[in-house]
Amino acid sequence: MRLKVFPLFAAVLLLVACGSSEETVTTGGGGTVVTPSTGGPRAGTIEDFQVNVGDRVFFALDSSELSGEARSTLDRQAAWLNQYPQAQLRIEGHCDERGTREYNLALGDRRANAVRNYLVAQGISASRLDTISYGKERPAVVGSNESSWAQNRRGVSVITSGAPIN
Amino acid sequence: MIVVERASRTAARLLGLLLLGLTCVAAFGPAEAELRIDVYSPNPPEPMPIAVPSFSGTGSDQSRGQEVASVIAADLERSGLFRIVDPNAYIQDPQSLMSGPRFADWRIINAEALVSGSVQTQSDGRLRAEFRLWDVIAETEAAGQAYQTEPENWRRIAHIIADQIYERVTGESGFFDTRIVYVSESGPATERVKRLAIMDQDGANHRYLTNGDTLVLTPRFSPTTQEITFLAYYDNRPRVYLFNIDTGQRELLGDFPSMTFAPRFSPDGNSVIMSQAQDGNSDIYVMDLRTRSSRRLTTDPGIDTSPSYSPDGTQIVFESDRGGSQQLYVMGAGGGGAQRISFGPGRYGSPVWSPRGDLIAFTHLSGGQFAIGVMRPDGSGERILAQAYHMEGPTWAPNGRLIMYFSEGSTGQGRSARLHVVGIDGRTSWTVPTPLDGSDPAWSSLLP
Repeated sequence: MRLKVFPLFAAVLLLVACGSSEETVTTGGGGTVVTPSTGGPRAGTIEDFQVNVGDRVFFALDSSELSGEARSTLDRQAAWLNQYPQAQLRIEGHCDERGTREYNLALGDRRANAVRNYLVAQGISASRLDTISYGKERPAVVGSNESSWAQNRRGVSVITSGAPIN
Repeated sequence: MIVVERASRTAARLLGLLLLGLTCVAAFGPAEAELRIDVYSPNPPEPMPIAVPSFSGTGSDQSRGQEVASVIAADLERSGLFRIVDPNAYIQDPQSLMSGPRFADWRIINAEALVSGSVQTQSDGRLRAEFRLWDVIAETEAAGQAYQTEPENWRRIAHIIADQIYERVTGESGFFDTRIVYVSESGPATERVKRLAIMDQDGANHRYLTNGDTLVLTPRFSPTTQEITFLAYYDNRPRVYLFNIDTGQRELLGDFPSMTFAPRFSPDGNSVIMSQAQDGNSDIYVMDLRTRSSRRLTTDPGIDTSPSYSPDGTQIVFESDRGGSQQLYVMGAGGGGAQRISFGPGRYGSPVWSPRGDLIAFTHLSGGQFAIGVMRPDGSGERILAQAYHMEGPTWAPNGRLIMYFSEGSTGQGRSARLHVVGIDGRTSWTVPTPLDGSDPAWSSLLP
């Protein structure tokens, strides 16, 4: 059976390529972003988004409601996306393992869209936002306990293009 | 191709019928009444003691004769309806058995039924196998058939013979000449590799259908067993696909703008019912496979998914959280008029209508536990058949007497997932052997 090339790999390779060329420019003295002296992530990078903005929000059991904490994370994401208008997002909806497979696919879709709708309401163009549900197929952490479940019930904003990795 | 040499109900679903001069099956009179297991008895009878000696064969056919008998014996024993009499106790040898049983020799070791048979490689290289089922008490022949096939199909012959015996004794169709398609799993939970795989009902003839590059979930057979429908994440777009098992051809089903999932064939095989998730709302659609046109069947703002047709195609059971939590509903095949049927504590999901029509299997979630159960289509008679922290995904044997599902658990090394079978009467249960972890099983119809 023939299978198509997994485009995610292509996207990642592209990002890696972008990252390294940007890196070359920066080391050549043409960088516009000042890297914090602590050696933290360079602003405008995927690493910056993950570390300083926060790439994920968490949900209560069987819920797609955004908590106050989730909304402030998404406010920061919206501000960052306004600052870096080239960045495109894929919003992943995930669930913990305590649900049936197909219900969790639907719940993950609901969560991804809750994140998307909030960002759109904050003025981010819907054309920059894509959603995908993984249900319970891609847990962030392994374990059958409250702490693991809480970390796995999440919406993750993944930058797919328009920003270097670091 | 398998050629059957005597007309029977099974023969109708096999290609190329040949009549052969086996001695006549004894009159189905009093003997039939005796060699009978009532699968509907509220008090399950003891398993029927049956002797299954090696099929006779000469030269290289001798070991094949042993293998055929052991596949038949394993099938019958797993059903929970038969007990295999210890072969070490058999007095009459397979060769002399071919000229007729010495019934006293079998009665003395408490066998109520006896299977005799032979295998023979013919001059054209094909394998000829025949069997007879004997009622040891009444001293009559209860069934008999001969088959010809390519030698590599020998296990199918054994399963077909086991189905014949099961059918003769229970009056129900069997489930042994069937296949399982499922998701083979490997690797850590955070990056699980999932592949479609197919195997015989007993785990033999295992092979992979996809290579693991792409996440695949929830395969389900068409009624013809030649095609499956499943969910795959090709190009990062989760969509429902069709897959032809014989040709390996894969086809995207429909042109939906967003995720489609939870597919199942209609009983006539002409359409696939599934969910589409759009802007956070999942509804149920049906696609006609001949016209490729689709129709939306539910419109409420809740999650509507896991649809499954009644065997007559007139109704659909599905799960929905429209009432506030995940519960089971039944509606007409055209949509509308959904009635809730699950009312116990906790949540209910993944309903599957029995091929017999009498029951709906489901996954139940309550008190931090998962369970597999059945209820009647009106929601009455709810029974739990198996329970653990994590189990789900029921699928019916084609005769509606058994349910396969999968369970997941933690081991010292990490996660393990296994396929299990449980009888709806609780008389039998077993684990289906898989090379790696397994989930999302689907049981085929009897093979054509």
